[in-house]
Amino acid sequence: MISLQNIQKVYRTSTIETLALNSINLNIKKGEFLSVMGPSGCGKSTLLNIMGLLDAPSKGDINIDDQKLNNLSDKQLAQFRNKKLGFIFQSYHLINDLKVLDNVMLPLLYRNSSEKERKQSASEALGKVGLSNRVKHFPTQLSGGQKQRVAIARAIVGKPEIILADEPTGNLDSAMGNEVMDILLHLNKSEGTTIVMVTHDEHMAKKTHRLMRLFDGSQVQ
Amino acid sequence: MLKNYLKIAIVVLRRRKFFTFISLFGISFTLTILIVLTAFIDKVVGDNYPDRKRDRSLYVNRLQEIGTRSGGINSSSGGMSFYFLNHYAGSLKTPAKLAISSNFNSTNTYVNNKKIVINYKYTNADFWDVLDFDFLEGKSFTKQQIDNGERVAVISAEIKKEYFGDEASVVGKYIEADNVQYRVSGVVKNVPITLYMIYSDIYLPYTVSKTDYNNSGYRGNYTGILLAGSKADISKIHQEYEQMVSRLPMESKDFDKIFSHAETFIKNYVSTGDEEKSGVAYAITAIGIFALLVMLLPTLNLVNINVTRIMERSSEIGVRKAFGASSKTLIYQFIVENLILTFLGGLIGVVLSSVILQIINSANLIANLELSLNFTVLFIGLLICLVFGLFSGVYPAWRMSKLNVVNALKMQ
Repeated sequence: MISLQNIQKVYRTSTIETLALNSINLNIKKGEFLSVMGPSGCGKSTLLNIMGLLDAPSKGDINIDDQKLNNLSDKQLAQFRNKKLGFIFQSYHLINDLKVLDNVMLPLLYRNSSEKERKQSASEALGKVGLSNRVKHFPTQLSGGQKQRVAIARAIVGKPEIILADEPTGNLDSAMGNEVMDILLHLNKSEGTTIVMVTHDEHMAKKTHRLMRLFDGSQVQ
Repeated sequence: MLKNYLKIAIVVLRRRKFFTFISLFGISFTLTILIVLTAFIDKVVGDNYPDRKRDRSLYVNRLQEIGTRSGGINSSSGGMSFYFLNHYAGSLKTPAKLAISSNFNSTNTYVNNKKIVINYKYTNADFWDVLDFDFLEGKSFTKQQIDNGERVAVISAEIKKEYFGDEASVVGKYIEADNVQYRVSGVVKNVPITLYMIYSDIYLPYTVSKTDYNNSGYRGNYTGILLAGSKADISKIHQEYEQMVSRLPMESKDFDKIFSHAETFIKNYVSTGDEEKSGVAYAITAIGIFALLVMLLPTLNLVNINVTRIMERSSEIGVRKAFGASSKTLIYQFIVENLILTFLGGLIGVVLSSVILQIINSANLIANLELSLNFTVLFIGLLICLVFGLFSGVYPAWRMSKLNVVNALKMQ
């Protein structure tokens, strides 16, 4: 489903060149739950951003569903992300000015769907993460765990085939972290969603199908 | 989508109350100045009372004599004599009529020990045919009365109220100006002072003027309006007038050139007296520069505020991009948000303008000038809002759209 070939990412400034990723080759099957681990600064998030088409590699090819994605325009990339990908971030990145329901509806704004359809899909997504009773709340009125569940609802509302989660449990205590992890596992199992998760937590990583380890930008496992 | 933009725009405006206040203050203040200016121009250019036949009238308000023979430059310019207008302009074949009137002069008069300043003007009989005054009572004086040198007057509604108080009818009563008693023959609706060739408090027959209207010099303090029988005759009259001026004998050996033109209302109104450059070009440039200066600072201010406001929302921009918004969609969103802000400012600007116009009107800062917010003024105000909103929104939106998603998400 996702294929990365010889991916390299170099960050350049006027004085220094940093190799963030070096010759990464990776194939992820449809329905697979992969976790990526490694020390801070080893390139985990960079890898996830490249997979999510949020950042471009300096070298190498990205294919998703046999479609080469290196040279898409801004508009094509936006459409691809909207249809195929869902994102979960460590710090949730909810829009505090919008209510929970509006936050979850956000990806559907960029599709041809009516407000009624958007509301219905968002309510269903919130139901799946157990937050049906919080639709009219603002993010600032929620706990960290609840915020991350809203972020999951936002990631799944457009029924993407792939979810990319960057340390989704990183800001949560273990109980809340487990809750979020259970939701992701359930999503993977029941709906066959392919999930790639960056984590520092060995315990969480063990629950996934496969573990990839990075060190200094290179794949070590 | 628009509903969503509206929702978030209102939320953002409410969240940053101080920024919103500064933005709205800048926009509404700027628009107020521009709307008042527009209302003024619209009144001067658009309101055609009492010269309702403006489209077939040519205005003559100036004659310039120049002499360069003696080495230096001798110049005499200003209004014309009654004789010049009557004898030369009056001899043109195509004009149907020629209104001649003097510039207004002021005199003091006293009613019940109260001093009243009265502006008076001398006119010929055609003046009342060329111009369509609204008579509230009575009528204009006739050619016969002029020829007889009768001391009759047409007065404005304002001077009627000031001089006679609340009397219902004043036709036949006497009004004193410059120590002379004139019998009122009619009362007309006020003319704003901005129409300086027509405005006056009292209109008198030119034959009662204390100065010699038969003086055959070219220069004096009279102006004229040439009325064409049809619009098609306008250019013909213009040419006839030019030819007539070119054939004029020099009044004195001090001069070797004479300039005078019969122009349309606008050209005449904005005439600078410069023979080389058009007054219209000057007026448009001056108004343009004024509008630009008035708009420039608030626009830059709004651009600055918008950049700060948008950068504060970098996380939101990152999220929107990640979930499928293209750069173009985001530019559209932020421009719409900015337009909402400017239209809100515009709305306040319209209310403020309306209050200021009321104040200007009630204080009678410019004599008899009733400024109003009509459809044209509102339409131009709307247009200014749109230009303002686009100019101040495009650059910040463009900068925002260039933000890299990963960096935008990190900037939280």
